[in-house]
Amino acid sequence: MSAVELSPDAVGKNAPKIVARGVNVFYGSAQALKEVDLDVGEHEVTALIGPSGCGKSTFLRCLNRMNDVIEGCRVEGRIELDEDDIYDRQLDVVQLRARVGMVFQKPNPFPKSVYDNIAYGPRIHGVGQSKSEMDEIVETSLTRAGLWNEVKDRLQSPGTGLSGGQQQRLCIARAIAVNPEVILMDEPCSALDPIATARIEELIDELRQNFTIVIVTHSMQQAARVSQRTAFFHLGNLVEVGDTEQIFTNPRDERTEGYITGRFG
Amino acid sequence: MTDATLDRPTIRRPDLSAKRLGKRYAAEKRFQLYGILAILAAVLMLGVLLVSIVAKGYSAFAQTEIALEIHFDPAELDPDGTGDPEVIGRANFQGLINEALYREFPGATGDRQARRALRGLVSSGANFELRRMVMENPAVIGTTRTLWFRSSDDVDVFLKGEVTDIEAVETRGRLSLSETGDEIELSSDADDFAGVLAAVKRSLAAEADEIESDAAREASAVAFYESELERLRAANASSEEIASAEASLASHAESVERLAARVETLRARAAATGGSEELDDELPSFVVSANGGVVKLTSVAGSRATGRALIGLESAAPAAPGAWQLRRYVVPEASRRLSDEEVAWIDALEQQGKAELTFASGFFTSGDSREPELAGIWGAAVGSFYTLIVTLILSFPVGVLAAVYLEEFAPKNRITDLIEVNINNLAAVPSIVFGLLGLAVFLNFFGLPRSAPLVGGMVLALMTLPTIIIAARAALKAVPPSIREAALGIGASRIQTVTHHVLPLAMPGVLTGTIIGMAQALGETAPLLMIGMVAFIVDIPGGFTDPATVLPVQIYLWADAPERAFVAKTSAAIMVLLGFLVLMNALAVYLRKRFERRW
Amino acid sequence: MNVLTILVVMVGLSVAGYYLGTRQAVGVAGGQRSRLHSLPSYHGLYLASWVLLPAVALLIVWLIVEPHVAEQALIANLPASVEQMDPNTLRLTIGDIEARALGGIVGREVAPEFQPAAEAYAATLSISRWLMAACLVAVMAIGGLLAFRSIGVEMRARNRFERIAEVIMIGAATIAILTTVGIILSLLFETARFFAEVPFFEFLFGLQWSPQTALRADQVGSSGSFGAIPLFAGTLLITLIALCVAVPIGLFAAIYMSEYATPRIRGTAKPILEILAGVPTVVYGFFAALTVAPFFRGLGQSIGLDVSSESALAAGSVMGIMIIPFVSSLSDDVMNAVPQSLRDGAFALGATKSETIRQVILPAALPGIVGAVLLATSRAIGETMIVVMAAGLAANLTANPLEAVTTVTVQIVTLLVGDQEFDSAKTLAAFALGLVLFVVTLCLNIFALHIVRKYREKYD
Repeated sequence: MSAVELSPDAVGKNAPKIVARGVNVFYGSAQALKEVDLDVGEHEVTALIGPSGCGKSTFLRCLNRMNDVIEGCRVEGRIELDEDDIYDRQLDVVQLRARVGMVFQKPNPFPKSVYDNIAYGPRIHGVGQSKSEMDEIVETSLTRAGLWNEVKDRLQSPGTGLSGGQQQRLCIARAIAVNPEVILMDEPCSALDPIATARIEELIDELRQNFTIVIVTHSMQQAARVSQRTAFFHLGNLVEVGDTEQIFTNPRDERTEGYITGRFG
Repeated sequence: MTDATLDRPTIRRPDLSAKRLGKRYAAEKRFQLYGILAILAAVLMLGVLLVSIVAKGYSAFAQTEIALEIHFDPAELDPDGTGDPEVIGRANFQGLINEALYREFPGATGDRQARRALRGLVSSGANFELRRMVMENPAVIGTTRTLWFRSSDDVDVFLKGEVTDIEAVETRGRLSLSETGDEIELSSDADDFAGVLAAVKRSLAAEADEIESDAAREASAVAFYESELERLRAANASSEEIASAEASLASHAESVERLAARVETLRARAAATGGSEELDDELPSFVVSANGGVVKLTSVAGSRATGRALIGLESAAPAAPGAWQLRRYVVPEASRRLSDEEVAWIDALEQQGKAELTFASGFFTSGDSREPELAGIWGAAVGSFYTLIVTLILSFPVGVLAAVYLEEFAPKNRITDLIEVNINNLAAVPSIVFGLLGLAVFLNFFGLPRSAPLVGGMVLALMTLPTIIIAARAALKAVPPSIREAALGIGASRIQTVTHHVLPLAMPGVLTGTIIGMAQALGETAPLLMIGMVAFIVDIPGGFTDPATVLPVQIYLWADAPERAFVAKTSAAIMVLLGFLVLMNALAVYLRKRFERRW
Repeated sequence: MNVLTILVVMVGLSVAGYYLGTRQAVGVAGGQRSRLHSLPSYHGLYLASWVLLPAVALLIVWLIVEPHVAEQALIANLPASVEQMDPNTLRLTIGDIEARALGGIVGREVAPEFQPAAEAYAATLSISRWLMAACLVAVMAIGGLLAFRSIGVEMRARNRFERIAEVIMIGAATIAILTTVGIILSLLFETARFFAEVPFFEFLFGLQWSPQTALRADQVGSSGSFGAIPLFAGTLLITLIALCVAVPIGLFAAIYMSEYATPRIRGTAKPILEILAGVPTVVYGFFAALTVAPFFRGLGQSIGLDVSSESALAAGSVMGIMIIPFVSSLSDDVMNAVPQSLRDGAFALGATKSETIRQVILPAALPGIVGAVLLATSRAIGETMIVVMAAGLAANLTANPLEAVTTVTVQIVTLLVGDQEFDSAKTLAAFALGLVLFVVTLCLNIFALHIVRKYREKYD
């Protein structure tokens, strides 16, 4: 796969779903990520933590090429999804994003009904030709996002009318309706209250059964609760990666220790 | 796939087949193309608009002048040698010009119609020019001088090449002439007129083709009415309907026959070999210039032709090869405003260097006129100037004061809300409604004078007020609160804060908005029609209450004028108006760029 | 006496007042400026405003009342023969006499029997001017004196002047309201007189529009017919054609500029589109009448269609070009206001750009786009010069864009340009049409601005 020799920590126990090697990201002339090597294991939750501006969100957005949208952003290095180079010219970004879904910091439901929010992805990708198939997809996705019981009576009301936590779960349901292989979550709970956060965390744990999840989080507790593996970023460098338990109980790098013990961040 | 996914067979993977993706990307390309096409279409339309105006209008910046040898006859101007300006002023200056023209073309003085046509070469304003010149310099009396006069619009249009092309036809032979009465016999020893005959026959054939296609159209109409009649008869339609269809059928059938007959005669004329042909006014004119005269051919037959003199011949001596020319006026006489005589005169003048295109300075210095060659935009420009001054004086202070009040002082309550909504709406009220307001209030109620820049300016001020207020408020809003706090913090009153700090910082924005508002006002027409600024005004307005018109209204008036030369004048006036607008907007852009401040 | 001269003198006097006030303030403070409550310049400004403002108010009132008084003097001196005169002719004669006295354009010479009236009119005007000058001087003197005497060390000149300034600013802000009120009142007043002559329902629902017959009072059918439906239909037809041109072009241009174009292309394309809105309408009218109409006519002829030389198609399509920027500019703004997060959401699902635009951005921006189209519609309905120059005059009830139709604005212009008869139904009809125009465009504007405002609030 790669000729580069890596420390055993960089490679997890599960088979790797995403393999990143030597990733550099520049915004104009400023470098946001420096030589990041990281494997994301299949069917586990990988948490990316670190202080603000450390590059963790940038790395996340590299994984489904959302950085393409940002002007002046340049990515170097190699990122493979199931051994396909996602920055290959041949690879189609639409195809990639259908396989790697994303949930954002602020819930961003489309200004459409709950139903149409979920159905949007399947429709553009040609999944679910008939009305009944689509109904089924909507129901399954909402059920898996734990939202079905709350919204089944108002599928036709606008998605923007839901509460913040519900909106975020709607966005998760929207992402899984396309049935991607990987789901990226960019601080999905930062705009939510503690109860809604707890629900989302439970959901993430359940979703691990079917999806590979990468989550960026500000909260170390959250990383500890939901993830199996944790990567710590600092000033654009990947400082340390390993099993979550190990990172939180026995960090090897003093910067990691400083961060998780709250000396900076 | 893990077991968990397999448990749920209903979960479907996205369809990422190349075929479907290809379709989606094709749709993407198409969509983007629509956007590009839309922008290109808009730009193209703007381009067509500008190009068509420049193409129509550039010729109005040039003007034809004719050189005439004027003899300042003392017997005519000042018979008693008094030198009294009043006596001289009453003299018949038009007579001097006419005489100069008659001398130029002595052959044309025979019949009245020709004389009138000849006088029509020079602008009807020329006698005023001449009068002014003599009054200013009475010493010219008794002398003879060559002077340049503005030509009439028809001559002007001809010199700009918009009436007919003139082509030279090659000749090789020696021309002999013989005059019998009005008729002139011409013959060339090199068969030069045979070419004319052939050209005439080609024209006849072309005409026949054209009529034939007309006939074909009529024939299809006949077929239509025949089937229509059948349908009506079958449907038992009322007798009136049938009768009207029959009448249409008959009239179309009749014209088919008529046209067919004409085609036949034309074809026969075109096909006949040799013989002679009459040159009527639907055919291009052929003229021969020789011996200082111009002869128009009226019929040709092989090597011979007969014609009549457009400009009298000096002698009937034969002309050697190369000493005479055969020329063709491409557009037939029947399809142009100038007769063959007139074309020949102007052509002769042009060849002698006595008719020239010069810069039309009069266009920029004179007022309106019914004669295109005399009409200028200066009166309208001055009217626009006075009107805009009134607009500026009224709308700028009021607009700025209102904006300052609304932005800096007004409490946020229902009344200020109402004012705000009201201003936004006023900005979108059709301009003609402001004209109605001006008519009802300023003219009928306050009794202010009609057609005056004062009233026009007032109406336009009300119209531009919302623009200025909105722009000024935006500029004031852009000044950060910290500036106000700093000034208030050292004990300045609110008015001091605004006048010393906020307003100076917002001024570039306010001025930009004002200039844009003024540019709008400069281009506005409709409300001014309502308050009588459409009158035909020759004099240059001298004040705010003098009757006046403005540039856009002048354009409107000229666009309605029937004379062809006004089309170019209108386009040229539009170019001047657009020039002013470009200048004003450039100034606004410059102000914005120069003083733009990012907080 | 010339009003301009009077104004200049008044301003000069108030400037003198300013210096006087400043000096007096310094004087009462004994040269120690710090003893004064307000800076000397505020005392000066206070004095100047007392000199100028009451006098300006008086001047305005005087100028409003003066012509009416002078006209009374004129009417009182009319010869007895006027009683047999046709009221319209009389009205025109009076107008001529007045215009002559004011130096305006005069249609006819004043007949000798009207000479006394004309003289009385001119005399009244001249007396009035001298009287006005005297009154103005008095008012300025009194105002100046009162303000001068109040100058003292303790006088809060700054506060007083600022209050005056605020009142002036409120006055300026109210002018906008007064304009609207003026429009509504003048239109309503004249319209009411129109409906006294022509039944309301005939106007709104009548199918026959031929006001020209009203010119000759002695003719049969002199009342003319004032059914405005053909005008409304014509306006609608031309507006519809304009929208068919402007909405697709404007919308797609906006989409391209806000979603696809690089900043450089956007920076070039946007000003070019905005030029279209800056071209004076009379230029579009000329373009429509002399270039586009003959073009459509020729095109029609070449395919065997009979296109009128004043076809609704020509006027409508040129009007469409004019309103492209109204659609594109505002649509561009509202699409830019759609938050990036919605685009990200759609992209993250694997949507292409056009899918995102069509299914997420356009629905989200729809209210704003509708507002933009409504504003453009209101522009098109109220547009005058293009239709005056390129559309027809005859009221023709048809839906065929190749025929000539007329519009509300064209009729207003034709009814009011040229010699008018006061109080005839023909003249008043223009105001009734104006009222309809005002109400319709006002409703469209309020509705559109409301939608756009609500939309902005949603995403701000």
